[in-house]
Amino acid sequence: MQRQRWPSLGALYYALLALFMYLPIVVLVVFAFNDSPLMVFPLKGFTLQWFRALGQATEMLKALRNSLLLGITSSLVATLLGTMAAIATMRYRFALKGLFLAVASMPLVIPYVVLGVALLILFSTVGVPLSLFTVGVGHVIISVPYVMLIVAARLAGFPASLEEAAQDLGASYWLTLWRVVLPIAAPAIMSAFLTSFTTSFDEFAVSFFLTGTDTTLPVYVYSQLRFPNRLPIVVTLSAIVMVCSVALLLLAEWLRTRGEPATRRVKQ
Amino acid sequence: MNTRGRLWVLIGPPAIVLLAFFVLPMINMGSFSLRQGSFGAARQLWTIEHYRAFAANEAFQRLLLRSTWLALATSLLTVILAYPVAYHLAFKAGGRRMTLMMLLLVPAWTSFLLRILAWKLILGSEGLFSVALQALGLMQEPRPILLYTPTAVVVALVYSWLPFVALPIFAALQRIDVRLLEAAADLGCPPWRAFVRVTLPLSVPGVAAGFFFVFIPTLGEWVTPALVGGADGVMYGNIIQDQFARALNWPMGSLMSLVMLAAMLGLLGLLVGLARLLRLDLEVV
Repeated sequence: MQRQRWPSLGALYYALLALFMYLPIVVLVVFAFNDSPLMVFPLKGFTLQWFRALGQATEMLKALRNSLLLGITSSLVATLLGTMAAIATMRYRFALKGLFLAVASMPLVIPYVVLGVALLILFSTVGVPLSLFTVGVGHVIISVPYVMLIVAARLAGFPASLEEAAQDLGASYWLTLWRVVLPIAAPAIMSAFLTSFTTSFDEFAVSFFLTGTDTTLPVYVYSQLRFPNRLPIVVTLSAIVMVCSVALLLLAEWLRTRGEPATRRVKQ
Repeated sequence: MNTRGRLWVLIGPPAIVLLAFFVLPMINMGSFSLRQGSFGAARQLWTIEHYRAFAANEAFQRLLLRSTWLALATSLLTVILAYPVAYHLAFKAGGRRMTLMMLLLVPAWTSFLLRILAWKLILGSEGLFSVALQALGLMQEPRPILLYTPTAVVVALVYSWLPFVALPIFAALQRIDVRLLEAAADLGCPPWRAFVRVTLPLSVPGVAAGFFFVFIPTLGEWVTPALVGGADGVMYGNIIQDQFARALNWPMGSLMSLVMLAAMLGLLGLLVGLARLLRLDLEVV
């Protein structure tokens, strides 16, 4: 690659886009430190009062706890189901495989509003009251296709002969899954879990229709958007969440790429 | 346990969950579009009056058309804006390309609702742009810049999707064997022609993935228009949401959802067919 003395047109364009991407984020973070309950320009001065007030915002903290709980539970279920489906479709031949794959990937091409209202009608038809459970069901359906894709890609990367070898050496099928397949697929499974978690944690379009009296954080935030003076504290919490989720996703990315050289070694 | 038994253990639970909470709700929604009302006895009565009402309601149809157009425009605009940056990163950015790509993705990992709120803080009448323009003497009184217009919806949506479109295009460009471009150059092909004949066709899978990634959720979008679109920025997704949140006409809402699904699948089929006709390799779906 030749070094250029002047930044190229491409580099300038990149800088411009980066500015476009970061401007709203910077604006949000700035308002977490702005000494005014109204989020308008010009800024009023520096304060940490919003951070101090976080502890008193019980309703918001409850929503945060709900979202964390929901995110972990729904992602665990989605990861388990998606991994099982990925193993079944990558390692077995069966009659309705094409149909199963088509149906399982359908949630990817269905707008969330449709998924949300369809589940709302179903729960109402069978008489299940709306709660965190119903929101969780929605999140599981959203996440299963992603988990399947991520784990199946990983399973395609190493030969099934490893499993045959383990079984030739006397391991039962389930022991082989536990001791051979899962460890090799672990980075992908972990990454799928984290992807599901971040999706669930930030999901609003489906949650809106399926939430009962216990709200999730995005549903709570949406309800607060109408009360401008309560927003600084919401923004402050999300600045903290922002830092945590970036850390989580960097971890997910690191897990996904780690272990790839190891597979290559196995192939040789 | 034999192979068949193992397969059942593995595929059974995901299949049951998908049947119960995805296939069944869709079928149920279809049947709900034929009911008279949302609750009580009216829910048990069958009717096609909602189909008649929808067919007679030109406002609904216009809104569906406009939302389709808006989703197409947003997807195209996002692809056009993302392509150069993906190209620059894949071919010109050297060893830091991965880091630079990740840097574009980081903002997308912050709360979706608050990113839209941030655009309100930028475009509003006491927002960043308005105040800056007044300070520069270019504007006399506080006035929203684009906020509560369809353009604001497009800006916020393009902002939300841009990194996710740049990523698959970047990945597709990275897979291109540079020897192909060298061969083209050796055979006397000028760079722009090599781009049109070699690079662009080979990046089509990434472009298609990005396009569909934006088009599908944008057509059903209701949150962004509700927050920054104002009266003119209303999308089809908003009137569906309205049938459930305010109007409480679930059968009509179900029918609207079905119509949107049909419109979307039809359009996707059309686009995929067009790509086949042009002999483009999509590799998606």
